[in-house]
Amino acid sequence: MYRYIIKRILMMIPVLLGVTFVIFSMMYISEGDPARMILGEGAQESEVEALREELGLNDPFLTRYVNYIKGIVTKGDLGTSYVTGRSVSEEIFDRWPTTMLLAVLSVLLATAIGIPAGIISATKQYSIFDNLAMVLALVGVSMPNFWQGLVLILVFSVYLNILPPSGFYGPIYWILPAVTIGTSTAATITRMTRSSMLDVIHQDYIRTARAKGLSERVTITRHALKNALIPIITTVGLQFGRGLGGAILTESIFSIPGLGKLMVDSIKARNYPVVQGGVLFIAIAFSIINLVVDILYAFADPRIKSQYQSQSRKKKRSTTQEKAGEAA
Amino acid sequence: MEEVLLNIQDLYTEYNTDHGLVQAVNGISLKIRKGETLGLVGETGAGKTTTALSILRLIPDPPGRIRSGKIFLGDQELTACTEKEMQKIRGNRISMIFQDPMTALNPVLSVGDQIAEVVRLHEKCSRAQAQERGCQLLELVGIPANRYKEFPHQFSGGMKQRVVIAIALACTPELLIADEPTTALDVTIQAQVLELIASLQEKTKTAVLLITHDLGVVAEVCCQVAIMYAGEIVEYGSTEEIYHNPSHPYTIGLFRSIPSVDRKVHRLQPIAGLMPDPTALGDGCPFAPRCPKCTPRCQEKRPPIMQLEGEHQVKCWLFAEGEEES
Repeated sequence: MYRYIIKRILMMIPVLLGVTFVIFSMMYISEGDPARMILGEGAQESEVEALREELGLNDPFLTRYVNYIKGIVTKGDLGTSYVTGRSVSEEIFDRWPTTMLLAVLSVLLATAIGIPAGIISATKQYSIFDNLAMVLALVGVSMPNFWQGLVLILVFSVYLNILPPSGFYGPIYWILPAVTIGTSTAATITRMTRSSMLDVIHQDYIRTARAKGLSERVTITRHALKNALIPIITTVGLQFGRGLGGAILTESIFSIPGLGKLMVDSIKARNYPVVQGGVLFIAIAFSIINLVVDILYAFADPRIKSQYQSQSRKKKRSTTQEKAGEAA
Repeated sequence: MEEVLLNIQDLYTEYNTDHGLVQAVNGISLKIRKGETLGLVGETGAGKTTTALSILRLIPDPPGRIRSGKIFLGDQELTACTEKEMQKIRGNRISMIFQDPMTALNPVLSVGDQIAEVVRLHEKCSRAQAQERGCQLLELVGIPANRYKEFPHQFSGGMKQRVVIAIALACTPELLIADEPTTALDVTIQAQVLELIASLQEKTKTAVLLITHDLGVVAEVCCQVAIMYAGEIVEYGSTEEIYHNPSHPYTIGLFRSIPSVDRKVHRLQPIAGLMPDPTALGDGCPFAPRCPKCTPRCQEKRPPIMQLEGEHQVKCWLFAEGEEES
């Protein structure tokens, strides 16, 4: 199991290298001159040229890329923001807790609604609750975030005047953005939970559980839910990963100083180091979440656990292959 | 004679599907006495499993339901029980072994926990006691107790079926329903499993309803046999009566379609035709279209149950001599 985790962490390295290369190339070929952006329209051509030289923008592409990677690996240096002159990692870590908080809140909210709603929908398939939940879920996934955010601001801030429309200074400010992001997430989780549960409750072992005399509640929670968990974990993990990348539109609408807003502002300002650093950060966060999701699989399903174990065992003694087959 | 344990009276169970109303069980009546083994024999789709699930009141609803009829376990009318009362009976007084051991166990719970769960549910005992009993039960069905913590995917089919049997016998039920317990297993394992059920039955004095389509298995373990066709019991009697004097044309056909060691037969004789469509059962005898001795009366009216000698009963017009023709 530990072997498996270590292997997975090592596998993150090529993924992250790939991500940095792609984003670095994209920044390289994109329009606009960062030096001119920093100095402004009125700057002298010689000044711009001097700054280009200083920032290393005149170096060939590969040299720049290698220097960038070298900086990250040896000094953990993601570069310096062209706009503020602060280090990129500082900029990101300033914004990151806000985004993290928003992601956690919205996923918690979505899970708290989505999983129970999905379970009830599945156990009472085609009931009024099920139909209502499915219609709401459809609305939830179809509604664009920015539109929903604006409607929420209109209703709760403008008409009812009970919640603040923008900013991020305390729990009361968290509600509207968390609901905005959480709605579509909750809808996705509801639908996934429902279909996964429906799949499971028609299995023979659920009939066995009922034939044991277990109550419907125990049958569903102990026997069905654990089997239905894999797709649900995947969905929650993906949604959380998406949230960590910063909800760009939602953060803009509610003027939240999160990662998404930082990225948008940096792209607009050709602030390459911040964009690159941000993308790298998001890629790392996503890879870690994926790893955590895969590890959680093993706890939900012993068959996957023994698969992980047999994978690492196979390396040790590749001669006895039948053993691994038996475990699988 | 032992007292009657299970008494099914005129049971009708149906499924309301998109293709129409499926009449799976049509007015069957059965009695099983304490400690007795009844074999319920019939082809696939005859309504055997539906009968079993009706007894446990586990017919998936919707689309299925018990339309009419009564089922008694001792003095208790199961068909009148609330869901709560049924939960106390299931796994405790009546338990069931399912056809396919590969899918009957929950893949994410350890086999030991799945056994201990039913013990803990019905016999008010501590977790540790239930675990100990789980280990004992594993040993009882021939699995070392140190495999308690293992999961179903680490077991072979035969061992899984042993676990299913351990679960079914955990609370020493009065009635054990075994729904084709050997169909999914290798022939060598089949005998072991049947022997296991028989030996445990001897120890616990449990009555068994053995559902099968294998007449050989029935001859080996059952004292009574009921032959089922298209949701009806067409012939019922003691194993000797049925085997020495098969009366219903369907039963005779069944015996002809199994090979025999001492008779020299060039070809087995299958029963021509297929089971009738359960959504469109006519008024006549359901076996009439395939029956070699079919008469016009058979196609018009369903035959009554005719009493032969002893407990032997047959549902066929051929034995209705002297009955008024109408």
